[in-house]
Amino acid sequence: MTTWFDSPADAAKRLHDSGYLADTATATTAYLAGALEKPLLVEGPAGVGKTELAKAVARATGAELVRLQCYEGLDEARALYEWNYKKQLLRIQAAGDQSWEQTHDDIFTEEFLLTRPLLTAIRREEQTVLLVDEVDKTDVEVEGLLLEVLSDFQVTIPEMGTVSAVRRPFVVLTSNATRELSEAVKRRCLFLHLDYPDAAREKEIVVSQVPGVADRLAAELVETVARLRELELKKAPSIAESVDWARTLVALEVDDLDEEAVGATLGVVLKHASDQDKALAALRGHQAGARRR
Amino acid sequence: MALLDRHIAFVEALRAAGLPVSLSEDLDAVEAVTQLGLADREALRAGLAATLVKREGHRTSFDALFDLWFPPLLGAGVGGHGAPPEDEDDRTAEQVAQVLRTEVEALRQELSQALQDEDADRLRELTQEAVGRFGAMPGRGQGLSSWSSYNALQRIDPDTVVLRLARALMAGSDDRRPLSEELAMRTATRRVEGWRRQVEGEVRRRVAEEKGAEHVARTTVRPSVDRIPFTAARRGEIEEMRRQIYPLARRLASRLAKEQHARRRGPLDFRRTVRASVSTGGVPLTTHHRPRRPHRTELVVLCDVSGSVANFAAFTLLLVYALQEQFSKVRAFTFVDDVAEVTGEFRAGADPEETLTRLTESARHASLWGRTDYGRALREFRSRFGDAVGPRSSLLVLGDARSNYTDPRLDVLRDLADRARHAWWLNPEATAQWDTGDSAASQYGEVVPMVECRNLAQLTAFVHDIV
Ligand SMILES: Nc1ncnc2c1ncn2[C@@H]1O[C@H](COP(=O)(O)OP(=O)(O)OP(=O)(O)O)[C@@H](O)[C@H]1O
Ligand SMILES: [Mg+2]
Repeated sequence: MTTWFDSPADAAKRLHDSGYLADTATATTAYLAGALEKPLLVEGPAGVGKTELAKAVARATGAELVRLQCYEGLDEARALYEWNYKKQLLRIQAAGDQSWEQTHDDIFTEEFLLTRPLLTAIRREEQTVLLVDEVDKTDVEVEGLLLEVLSDFQVTIPEMGTVSAVRRPFVVLTSNATRELSEAVKRRCLFLHLDYPDAAREKEIVVSQVPGVADRLAAELVETVARLRELELKKAPSIAESVDWARTLVALEVDDLDEEAVGATLGVVLKHASDQDKALAALRGHQAGARRR
Repeated sequence: MALLDRHIAFVEALRAAGLPVSLSEDLDAVEAVTQLGLADREALRAGLAATLVKREGHRTSFDALFDLWFPPLLGAGVGGHGAPPEDEDDRTAEQVAQVLRTEVEALRQELSQALQDEDADRLRELTQEAVGRFGAMPGRGQGLSSWSSYNALQRIDPDTVVLRLARALMAGSDDRRPLSEELAMRTATRRVEGWRRQVEGEVRRRVAEEKGAEHVARTTVRPSVDRIPFTAARRGEIEEMRRQIYPLARRLASRLAKEQHARRRGPLDFRRTVRASVSTGGVPLTTHHRPRRPHRTELVVLCDVSGSVANFAAFTLLLVYALQEQFSKVRAFTFVDDVAEVTGEFRAGADPEETLTRLTESARHASLWGRTDYGRALREFRSRFGDAVGPRSSLLVLGDARSNYTDPRLDVLRDLADRARHAWWLNPEATAQWDTGDSAASQYGEVVPMVECRNLAQLTAFVHDIV
């Protein structure tokens, strides 16, 4: 059995060292996912670090990341494995007067198998983090498939037999909750709801990812972003947007987030015109007050 | 209580609060506790949540129950605020009241300062103090006295604190920029609401200490947001429900899209299938299908917006409009005793808050005398907007069918229902209350099918079924 993290504190520290700043709940849950060998389902709004968590676990543990990106219409052939039909057809045509049994045995072998992420992750003998990203985008059938694979970490290929994991991967599923996943999948997973971080942690993230950003500017920036999230916007700014904003300000050599600076760069943070209008109107009072001081 | 017993009782309480905890999840939780130990309470909370709570909407209930079964401290806590001492001196009632007023005022001031500084430790102390000083419910004899968050909060009057805090936030301080009025009010409301929840939690904890956690869980833990009755929601909860509407609509829409997608797989597209088979040596490995024509409903919503049911109407309209693409057309009307069309007031993706404000305003246009009169409203609707209802439309009536004992005009409703393709009535009251007092529920229910719709969960289920 592999150990992933020794304790919640160890998880927090190693994630931190690989650039991911986790709160108690995240570190504890990541630790448990490793200790109980259970898939971890991470749900939350866009850009709060769901995908990044899986990547960070891989970095922190020296494991390789295998990623299954989900989308509408994803099927078993893309997720698990598929036979290389074209190659098989060529092989059949080239078989000449070889017996059918012989040909059949030939074409259902490793050589003609196209492994996809789920099978890849199960067959790997080294430490592996399997990221099933945006699982809410798939159809219910794929969930059934995941259920099978994640329950016993084995896959049966009718023509070849059953493949069992030598070493269980650390599985992270992410979801934006555009739909409710089935109860069966949820029952098998540990669940973590990630939300926007508090100001102190977000500031730390910004400072760690944007070289050259002044402490005071970072503080002001995350405070402003927190206010924007309080307005009910079509698309609230995520951590990624905070980081982008800080990068922009540094590039423009802005060191005070005054009305002018906000007006000029708000597009980095808010993508909808109506959101920008709403935000400017709401921030104006606070900026005007600031100038008065 | 032994640890395992506590765990079992805790899981039981979660189930009673509506969390579907399965046996395997229960076992995972035990395993998690074994791994984590009990030393770090927040880690324990996180571990139990990860194994037992699989839906964010259940988190509030979980936290309330966790605090009951795994309380942070015992007794009156740090500040030593037990129940106020029995009055032994002979001060006059007026003098006592005077002292109390001064104390309340001092507490408010400290509270708004701590909320402004977001000083978590101080806020915890003030929670203790507020409950200890003002939350006691005297009772005669051992075990009969108790604690009440209502008492504590009523004395302190959180609304005053909101205003005070908002003012302070607008003024700003040395290291905080001043906020605009809008932001200040929002921030203040949210923070005070958070503190109010702390007070409620503290009261639950104290009562649990005296009467047992089961008792408290049964009587005071609020259900998750999608199960809170529209007609009994508190202010903070209404906010939370409003925030749920768009995510809910989004989930519903994507579920509908998927289902329709599956239903709509049309007949085989022969040419595309053959063309695609060329790359696989003529073997048609994938088949292609023609799309099927979608069929969409025209929805006419007629809603009672009188005080008692206004929230319900608002949520339903928000949800319907968030799902606008699912219908070929939506028209909305509000009534009290008169009717007004509000179709123009809604746009898909419009700001839900503004929408609600406009809806409240429309109640003025929808009311003549201000007393709900379904019969009159139906008649007015038919004569002025009757042509809105036709053979392609579905009519949706929202209301509690409480019409102040006026003539219900069943004939008008029957006529409207006959013109429509479908008609439904959503009633936000529990079925048990139908027909009590001035409710004409079953009379109307005989004309159009009436459905109980008390909370967001029932509303979502209904909307899903009619699309
Ligand atoms: N805790 C964190 N520590 C460090 N960086 C973080 C953290 N959380 C988020 N980030 C940053 O935010 C960015 C966005 O995160 P990520 O792409 O993982 O979001 P997501 O939740 O997967 O969003 P989506 O739902 O859009 O896929 C990351 O690239 C990373 O730079
Ligand atoms: Mg992602």
